[in-house]
Amino acid sequence: MNWKRATIALLATTPILALFAFGLTRDPREIPSPLPGRDAPAFAMAVMPPAADAPATSDTVRLAEQRGKIVVMNFYASWCLACRDEHPVLQALAPEYRDKGVEFYGVMYKDSPDALRRWIAEMGGQPYPTLVDPGARTAIDYGLYGVPETFFIGRDGRVARKHVGPVTRDVIRATLDSLLAAGGGTPEAGGGA
Amino acid sequence: MRNVIAIGLALLAAIGPIDAQAPSASRPTPAADSLLDARTREVASGLRCPVCQGESIEQSPAELAVELKGVVREQLAAGRTPEQVREYFVARYGEWILLEPRPTGFNATLYLVPPLLLLGGAVVIVVLLRRWTRAGAAQPAGASLDDELLD
Repeated sequence: MNWKRATIALLATTPILALFAFGLTRDPREIPSPLPGRDAPAFAMAVMPPAADAPATSDTVRLAEQRGKIVVMNFYASWCLACRDEHPVLQALAPEYRDKGVEFYGVMYKDSPDALRRWIAEMGGQPYPTLVDPGARTAIDYGLYGVPETFFIGRDGRVARKHVGPVTRDVIRATLDSLLAAGGGTPEAGGGA
Repeated sequence: MRNVIAIGLALLAAIGPIDAQAPSASRPTPAADSLLDARTREVASGLRCPVCQGESIEQSPAELAVELKGVVREQLAAGRTPEQVREYFVARYGEWILLEPRPTGFNATLYLVPPLLLLGGAVVIVVLLRRWTRAGAAQPAGASLDDELLD
C-alpha cells in the first residue's frame, strides 16, 4: 500500500514545511513595538550646546511641555552609518514642518557631544536641536534597540508611529500629514515599519 | 619564601578587619549589595538582549545590555519587585524581551503541545505494541508488519 504511506508522509511533512516557509518570510530582527498607540514615555533631556565653548545653557526639553504639538524624535549617533542616509531627509523636512507646528528633536545615542558636533558640521548642519540622553535612559524608556529609530508623537502625547532604520521622506510625510489632518488625536495607532 | 607568606598573611589579617568595618552610612552594607546583585542577576538573566542573538542581558557584554542591566539594578534598589521590573521592560520592548514566554494566550500552546504530543506518542506506542504482540502470536513468521499496520 504505497499510496497510503505517501499520503501519510505528505500529511506529516506539509504543515511543517509550510511553517518553515512562513518563517522565511519574516525578519527575525524586526521586533514589534508595543508603544504605538500608548502614551509616550515622559522625558526631560538637556539640549546639547551648539559648540563646546558655548556658554552652558540650562535648556531642558520636557515632553510634558510639548503637549498640543506633534513631536518627531530621531535617535541617532555619529558612528551610525544608516543615520547618514536619513540626515538629508530630516534636514529638508524639519524646517518645512516646523512652520506647521511640528517639533523635531535629535536624541544623542551613545555618543559624545564633540563627536556629534563634528558629524553635524560634516553633514552640513542640523536645523533642529539635539538632546543629550545620559546612560541611554530615555532610549531604554522608548524600547530602543539600535539607531536610527524615529518616533512620531501626536498632539495627545501618544506614540503614533515608530520607525526602525533610516527614515524616508515618504514615511515622514505620510505620518505627519495624517497627524496634522487628524487635528487633536492620534489618527491610527499602529504603523511602525 | 616562608617570610613572604608570613608577611602576606599579616597584611591580609591587617586589611581584612578594616575592610569589614568600612561600610559607611551612605553606602549599603556588602550583604545588602550582594543581595541586590543576586536579584539583579536573576531578573537580568530572564531578559533578552535587544542587540544580540538569543542572549540575556545578564550574559551579554554589549553596551546596551549593560545599561539595561543598570536599569534593572536601579529599579530593584528603588524597591520595585522583580515582576514590576519585568513589566517595565515588557511595556517598552514587548513580550519579546522575556526569554521565557508567559504561559498565557497563544503562548500557552508552547507549554501544552509538547506534553500532549508526548502523551499521544505513548498511546500510539502502546496500541502498536499490542497489535504487534497479537500479530506475532497469530502468525509467527512471514507477513510484513508494516503493511498490517497501515491497513
